Amino acid sequence: MLLYDALIAPFTEFEFMRRALAAVIALALGGAPIGVFLMLRRMSLVGDAMAHAILPGAAIGFLISGLSLFAMTFGGLIAGFTVAILAGVIARTTELKEDASLATFYLVSLALGVTIVSIKGTNIDLLHVLFGNILAMDDQTLLVIAFNTTVTLLVLAVIYRPLVVECVDPVFLRTVSRAGAPAHLAFLALVVVNLVNGFHALGTLLAVGLMILPAGIARFWSRDITGMICIAVASAVVSGYLGLVLSFQTRVPSGPAVILVAAALYVASVLFGSVSGLVRQMFPAPHLEA
Amino acid sequence: MTAPLQFRDVTLGYDRHPAVHHLSGEVAPGALIAVVGPNGAGKSTLFRGLVGILKPLSGVIERGDLDIRDIAYLPQTADIDRSFPISVFDFVGTGLWRSTGFLGGIGKSAQDKIARALASVGLNGFENRNIGTLSGGQMQRMLFARVLLQDARMIVLDEPFNAIDTKTSADLLALVRRWHSEKRTVLAALHDMDLVRANFPETLLLARGKVAWGATPEVLTAENLLEARRMCEAFDDSAAPCVADNMPSRAA
Repeated sequence: MLLYDALIAPFTEFEFMRRALAAVIALALGGAPIGVFLMLRRMSLVGDAMAHAILPGAAIGFLISGLSLFAMTFGGLIAGFTVAILAGVIARTTELKEDASLATFYLVSLALGVTIVSIKGTNIDLLHVLFGNILAMDDQTLLVIAFNTTVTLLVLAVIYRPLVVECVDPVFLRTVSRAGAPAHLAFLALVVVNLVNGFHALGTLLAVGLMILPAGIARFWSRDITGMICIAVASAVVSGYLGLVLSFQTRVPSGPAVILVAAALYVASVLFGSVSGLVRQMFPAPHLEA
Repeated sequence: MTAPLQFRDVTLGYDRHPAVHHLSGEVAPGALIAVVGPNGAGKSTLFRGLVGILKPLSGVIERGDLDIRDIAYLPQTADIDRSFPISVFDFVGTGLWRSTGFLGGIGKSAQDKIARALASVGLNGFENRNIGTLSGGQMQRMLFARVLLQDARMIVLDEPFNAIDTKTSADLLALVRRWHSEKRTVLAALHDMDLVRANFPETLLLARGKVAWGATPEVLTAENLLEARRMCEAFDDSAAPCVADNMPSRAA
């Protein structure tokens, strides 16, 4: 009964907890596969930088119409795309590399975003924007998150093959298809869409957490990309669920609780992962004959 | 490929510095051509131009009725991310891109094709291995298997036998001869002159510019090879614009 009270009762008794659970499951389904590709394309920190870049857009949306879901989503999407495209253009037309220009843009964006929110809002509004509020999901927000996840999975299915081939052998892709650049752009768009998704639930600072941490976890348990995606999604769902329970039982803010659970899973994976986990390396199984 | 592939006064390079300088010549359908020359001679650059991933600084590469996708290109292995988690089977399967495209499934007949290609290069039993676990020779065999699946009319191989043992080289060379007998056009950048003399009827000796191009025995003379060795590798940052580019007779 104790276990039921701790793990199940919060969700059967409180609607806001059920909504939060639905939100984290949707976030996990869309964000975790994107995170795996970010990691395999060595773009994990690019995801983080882009997460900050959506802030001024969302903040302008907030400035115009308060905590309106659509204004903030739309603003975030516009700002994210603008920064992604500008960073790409500057990297291709100047000596500056894409990561350096992204770093510049995200710092400026973060400063700009916080300033804009502070002009109109209170500190509570600012906290909402920075850390999200997964326990206050209304119908509309849930629908937006579910819609974005659906779009993500459909688009990912279409660009999956060129995305994989571009990672492993970009020159080959260029000789057999012109899909490389459009697939990369579509992928960046999916990154932005999922960051905006994460932004509603976890805020700009942690939005990327449910994308990158599960991908890192998956790397320690699978050598195969399909396996990695499945493990990443599963660990994101588990992190979301346990994070909500932790938050409910201990009053830790929900967003950080979700990320902290993911971090705990990450540490366990680093230690005990079947693929290059530290304990596994310390006590290796005997080598084979051939 | 019915019309010949033509290089018309082609200059390819990087940042305005030519790596292949004013090359003209013709590749007949079904030809088996070795491209030889010292390091930095422009062999890889020529191939990158040929398969359309490097635009000429000047001149034209006329491919006739040959589409870029009719060319199978085997680059130097360094271009491949070997840490990527993909199996040998899936990697080789990408050779079927022309028939599968973005979304096409890999059905039973495609799986059989992949299995046959792997068997042709002696990689049975390696299907589920990650590409990162392969040795240099196995990697090259795998890349040849992918070229096999591409079923292309023209095959371009960039230093395919580098750092490969004699047995693997011999096996892969047999595949090159098979492609030639199937009337496919094959170009290969090579360093082993004995191998070229024994197997390639036609040779292009490149040293940024064309030193000689024709029947292998006439191209690989001591005199020509000495001339190719005199080529200077260094870029000249203060080089003046190439006057030949402005000559009307050179214009494509």
